[in-house]
Amino acid sequence: MTRRILPALAVAAIAAMPGTLHAAGGEGHVEDYSFSFEGPFGTFDRLQLQRGFQVFKEICSGCHGLKYLSFRALGNADGPGFPDAQVKAIAADFQCTDPELEPGETRACKDSDRFPANTAAGAPDLSLMAKARAGFHGPLGLGVNQFLRGTGGPEYITSLLTGYTGEEVEMAGAVLYENSAFPGGLISMAPPIGDGYVEYTLFNADGSPYEPEGEGEGEGEGAAAGHGGEGGGGGGHGAHIPEPTTEQLAKDVSAFLMWAAEPTMVERKQAGLRNILMLVILAVLLYYTNKKLWAPIKRKAD
Amino acid sequence: MAGIPHEHYEPKSRFEKWLHTRLPVVSIVYDTLMIPTPKNLNWMWIWGIVLTVCLVIQIATGIVLVMHYTPHVDLAFASVEHIMRDVNGGWLLRYMHANGASLFFIAVYFHIFRGLYYGSYKAPREITWIIGILIYLAMMATAFMGYVLPWGQMSFWGATVITNLFSAIPLIGDPIVEWLWGGFAVDNPTLNRFFSLHYLLPFVIAALVVVHIWAFHTTGNNNPTGVEVRRDDIATAKKDTVPFWPYYVIKDLFALAVILIFFAVMVFWMPNFLGHPDNYIEANPLSTPAHIVPEWYFLPFYAILRSITDDVWLIMILPIDGKLGGVLAMFGAIAIMALAPWLDTSRVRSGRYRPQFKWYFWLLVVDFFVLMWCGAMPAEPPYSTISLIGTAYWFIYFLVILPLLGVIEKPKPQPETIEADFDAHYPPKAAETPAE
Repeated sequence: MTRRILPALAVAAIAAMPGTLHAAGGEGHVEDYSFSFEGPFGTFDRLQLQRGFQVFKEICSGCHGLKYLSFRALGNADGPGFPDAQVKAIAADFQCTDPELEPGETRACKDSDRFPANTAAGAPDLSLMAKARAGFHGPLGLGVNQFLRGTGGPEYITSLLTGYTGEEVEMAGAVLYENSAFPGGLISMAPPIGDGYVEYTLFNADGSPYEPEGEGEGEGEGAAAGHGGEGGGGGGHGAHIPEPTTEQLAKDVSAFLMWAAEPTMVERKQAGLRNILMLVILAVLLYYTNKKLWAPIKRKAD
Repeated sequence: MAGIPHEHYEPKSRFEKWLHTRLPVVSIVYDTLMIPTPKNLNWMWIWGIVLTVCLVIQIATGIVLVMHYTPHVDLAFASVEHIMRDVNGGWLLRYMHANGASLFFIAVYFHIFRGLYYGSYKAPREITWIIGILIYLAMMATAFMGYVLPWGQMSFWGATVITNLFSAIPLIGDPIVEWLWGGFAVDNPTLNRFFSLHYLLPFVIAALVVVHIWAFHTTGNNNPTGVEVRRDDIATAKKDTVPFWPYYVIKDLFALAVILIFFAVMVFWMPNFLGHPDNYIEANPLSTPAHIVPEWYFLPFYAILRSITDDVWLIMILPIDGKLGGVLAMFGAIAIMALAPWLDTSRVRSGRYRPQFKWYFWLLVVDFFVLMWCGAMPAEPPYSTISLIGTAYWFIYFLVILPLLGVIEKPKPQPETIEADFDAHYPPKAAETPAE
């Protein structure tokens, strides 16, 4: 416990001293990346969520839990859309606790389980991270741009993962890493990702490996690097498998964590469109009803 | 029912007569729906219906949310996520309930400021006004306790800050706070009692709403001219009024549909706009958030609370400290509104005919928003100074301006009757003039 509190206190002490760091102010810098799920009609990019999940599984899950997310949600059509068999296989790769087992024992997870909590390294759970951080509050602090750009949670995560300056500070026996996005500027998490840390393998809805159409061996690199992280709309046919640069990995895992924080987001936005259209029709009908009703009272021809 | 003369319900069939002599329920519904309503009401008179609908939405969604929520410090946060992820339509229920609270307060602030502008608080509507203030207080208590239930960081620390206010009361302050908490900190007993009261208070509000409606159905509605409906006989009263059904029911339904469009945009497309990201972090008594900010609807009064500090000269000459002063100012700012019927000495009801009053009124509205803004800012200069000026104006408006204006202001002429005002907007056709 003490080992964890001391670095935390050190971070707090640094954060309380303005001007001790050049790289970051108190709030940290968050870059406004563009994601496919922004705006009232935004949807998740299925292939990006698959890539992001791969980053989470191969890197983040070593220290971080995802305890509010069910494995079965990975099969959601408006989410990563993994086929059933694959969801089961993914679940089996994780170890879950079970009240029926002896304390301390674990078993392979099932698709009806949630992702296990992971508190071993003292790292925060990531289930709600994309909603628990606000990257921006504009314009004028009113936060109205949430309508088109969201609260900036995924942007914060991407900025954090790409925001390491390379400086390290040793404090109270712990190594802290300078980061331009982290509030206070010093974070205890070592840079988790770098270029090529993950080799992407993606899947079609039927479970077959996803292969971009019409892509030779040579031309993939240049195109992917240029497009790095555009995200695309529906993640449909012919999309490139992007080059796993640091920024690409960061964006993909951020998109995945936004989905993990709110797997019902697309359902919500689409229900919104139906509801609002219905209310507009209702309002128009009531407008004319009201006008006609009052016309004799107001001595107007109706 | 006393009030404006109108035609009452007459039971016709044998069954109606049988029922009427035993339980006059149809009569009550009829008289309530057919109440003569001034025919010149403008769009600021829609908020009452909006508020009623808000109460219904909150109770309906709340009752279903309770079926899936667990009021325990170890389970509450997870149960809210269970609602968001696993319960069918759970995300809709929760987002409607959370944003419904904001719609409720938007509507109540319009409603209150409408009352302040058109002098709806003045005789004979003082009781309606005071019941309204009580409803507003109950709403604030309900909203505050409801915000604690998800057991996020802001829930916990908001509860800690606000309950600690009571420790400012001399001698009995600390025992009161421990009594509120059910322990020595905000913990499971606090969460449990807040949950219980959060479920109870809306029904208290519903009862108060019935009394509120009963009171103004007795006095009749105010209207933009502030001129009373003529009550000589039914025929005269009819020249000033239309029955609530269908005229205002349809008008209010139209307004409601438009407001629900905005509500739907909030709920479906930016549901976390008015929330705080920190509340998606589970409550942690060992980690205090950098900025503890209440929900937007509390901000003006939160600013008033924080504006009073030990170095305010009024506090220096009084035998109280700044903390108690702040608490008194916050509750006083609401209590003073309840006294408006007696503080306002003007015999003219509607602000429409009060040239000087208008300026002070709109300054009060601006003051309200400035205080709201200050409440969201850190308690440091220049915000603390602006808050203090804002607080001062709030009290000056009620304690100085309202009493003085009635004496020194020269009001503009008011229309003789509601009918005259209405006819000025919608001139009678040539054919019907002689008949009148």
